[in-house]
Amino acid sequence: MYRVRLFAIRKARSFEWLYRRLEAVMVACDPLFRRIGYNRVERPVAFVERITKGFLFDCRMCGQCVLSSTGMSCPMNCPKQLRNGPCGGVRPGGFCEVIPEMKCVWTLAWQGAARMKGGDKIREVLPPVDRSLQGSSSWLRVSREKAAKLREAREAGRTALAQAFPNARVIEPASAPLAEEPRRATTGDTRK
Amino acid sequence: MSEPGDLGDIVRPYADPPPGHVSDSRLERVLRSGRFAVTAELNPPDSADPSDVFDAARPLGEVADALNATDASGANCHMSSIGICALLTRAGYGTVYQISCRDRNRIAIQGDVLGAAAMGVRNVLCLTGDGVGTGDQPGARPVFDFDSISLVRTIRTMRDEGVFLSGRKITRPPRMFIGAAENPCIEPREWRPERLAKKVEAGADFIQTNYIFDLPVFEKFMARVRDLGLHERVFILPGVGPLASAKAARWMRSNVPGIHIPDAVIERMEKAAKPAEEGKRICIELIQQIRDVAGVAGVHVMAYRREHQVSEIILESGVLAGRRPRRRVVGQAQ
Ligand code: SF4
Repeated sequence: MYRVRLFAIRKARSFEWLYRRLEAVMVACDPLFRRIGYNRVERPVAFVERITKGFLFDCRMCGQCVLSSTGMSCPMNCPKQLRNGPCGGVRPGGFCEVIPEMKCVWTLAWQGAARMKGGDKIREVLPPVDRSLQGSSSWLRVSREKAAKLREAREAGRTALAQAFPNARVIEPASAPLAEEPRRATTGDTRK
Repeated sequence: MSEPGDLGDIVRPYADPPPGHVSDSRLERVLRSGRFAVTAELNPPDSADPSDVFDAARPLGEVADALNATDASGANCHMSSIGICALLTRAGYGTVYQISCRDRNRIAIQGDVLGAAAMGVRNVLCLTGDGVGTGDQPGARPVFDFDSISLVRTIRTMRDEGVFLSGRKITRPPRMFIGAAENPCIEPREWRPERLAKKVEAGADFIQTNYIFDLPVFEKFMARVRDLGLHERVFILPGVGPLASAKAARWMRSNVPGIHIPDAVIERMEKAAKPAEEGKRICIELIQQIRDVAGVAGVHVMAYRREHQVSEIILESGVLAGRRPRRRVVGQAQ
């Protein structure tokens, strides 16, 4: 809803905080999600995401959410779906070129970003949308990515060892393993 | 008669850029040498006859370092930008191939960039594009797969990394001088310089702006641009053009997206005995004032249906300082 969307942008700072909390919870759930299988949680989570974000931000479920970099103003509501800033056709008063009664989502985005702690993220150049992800859950994608990064950081030591002893890896692969260890195979489980 | 396959006369050899340059574009050379550059917009014909393209180019070519071939601007159908650029490049003109994100997706655009480079086109201008609703075919499907900024980054990646966005290798990368647009006088004005910064970050080498009729607003914009240090990282060519009459100016203001004309300018047109002459005078004055703004590297003239005035405007403004950007003989560098 347009009115709710405007409200969310006015409250961009609170939503930014809320979003960070939500993200932390989702990342913490990663081991659980992995055990159930991300495939199986995809549908229910996407459903909840569609309802809540649809109400709050007029979300279009692009699957690659960038709200924290766009002042909590969803760029997919721009009729040109611009991901990096307004076009050159904004009307006087900051209204959209294509839908004259709607405020330009990018005028709102810069206002929202100015209220946010991490508002500077709006300066980052974003890639074009991957249209094959349309309809999928962005929340799960983010938590998967973040969790993978954490895992990678934890495993950096082991990977470095494998790379430092390349020949040992060839002649005795188990002495310098590179593949990810299954959870039950190790005693000192460093992964939560 | 030359043999088929012996294309020496028609096709420019694929030259490597001179040292310190990203392309072998004449426009880039003029700008990097610190000379005041002039580009001009060409009105694309609704015709398949190449002589219509050359007729449109002739009055602009004697004062412009490069001609912009618009890509269905205003979402109206005309001869394609790539077709016009291919013809003009062969005739020795410098050309700016305009790409709007409205009509083509990433597959088509990346292929066209290679095609344009192969035909000798050395400048490209990345645009978002007007909505389809403003044009002659409002029922068309808008594409907007890229936005202008991700398009800039994509072409830079093709040029500098030698890969498509998919990561596939390009054996001979397109050596293009990459341009983007800006519209300093339009909302949200306070963020326009920040948006320009994003375009520079994405990889823009030069900027052509929409019409500047409001000098104070433009000066404010440029002050912020200088604060951000952008004028040292990108060549800025503000857009100018002669108005035909007060009525035309009003029409443009309310019907063409992204055009801001202050009331004072329209009043001046209204009072003039010879509006066309007055339009030309205003344009010359603006060019001279814009030239004196710190950080400006040239001007971009858009004289829709007033192409015959362009030579006089540029020569009378004195910005070329005696320089004559003539077109080169085919076979030489663009
Ligand atoms: S950016 Fe994508 S996922 Fe985020 S609110 Fe907009 S449509 Fe939904």
